[in-house]
Amino acid sequence: MPQAKKKYQLRIPSQTDNLELIREFVSRVARKVGFKDDAISKIELAVDEACANVIEHAYQKSDKKNIDVAIQIDFQKFTIIITDHGRGFDPKNIKTPDMKEYLAQMRVGGLGIYLMRTLMDEIDFNVQPRRNQVIMSKYFLDKKSKNSDQTEVRPN
Amino acid sequence: MTGFEVMRAENGEVTLLRLKGYLDAHTAPDLETALQKLIDEKRVKIIVSFRELSYISSAGLGVFMGFIEEVRSGGGDIKLTNMSQKIYRVFDLLGFPTLFEIRDDESHAVGSFAQPKAR
Repeated sequence: MPQAKKKYQLRIPSQTDNLELIREFVSRVARKVGFKDDAISKIELAVDEACANVIEHAYQKSDKKNIDVAIQIDFQKFTIIITDHGRGFDPKNIKTPDMKEYLAQMRVGGLGIYLMRTLMDEIDFNVQPRRNQVIMSKYFLDKKSKNSDQTEVRPN
Repeated sequence: MTGFEVMRAENGEVTLLRLKGYLDAHTAPDLETALQKLIDEKRVKIIVSFRELSYISSAGLGVFMGFIEEVRSGGGDIKLTNMSQKIYRVFDLLGFPTLFEIRDDESHAVGSFAQPKAR
């Protein structure tokens, strides 16, 4: 595994009005390393969805906790690690909804996980006692389309 | 300052809601309030313009999902217009274009309320 070349970190209270600041933080770092607008939009939306889930589910809307958003950049990929210390969950129970069925039932909520999986190249969950992490990565060279999501790699 | 505004205009039976700023888990309740008010007033022919909306997350999309059945059962609809490519892509990823009528601009949407349903 390549060594992380750069790390950025944001600790922020678990309030929905901070989602804008979280998006701005990840967007700025993604832009700094050369991602194009299209990829930046995907990253900011995936991170927003993950943090909104933390506020609603892990912290049950308590605004007195913290969310840690860490970004690790190596030569291959841009990884965001979102950590909370709220209510845990079993990653095996996280289901990606079948969108056809979902839309037919006109259900509200639960779309975030589908978006996170669709927008990012990799997603993983690491649940420990009193510590939950969502780890999401986007490769500098888009694995799915074989197109570059960035103009040039500038990890330093 | 919430970074989000809903501006309301009326054209006969049709209500136009113009969204401005960003629509996320923080601001979605403001849109819910605006739509609930319309339903309470029985103004169910609704056009939502995204021209000045710069960002949407699933919390924003969920608001439309939460109201569409009630609005349609009352004889109305929620028609969406003037989406940027960035906003449309989020709707498209989630398959919403099969559920909602999405038009290029407001005047087409106003006109379509006057005509019988095409589908």
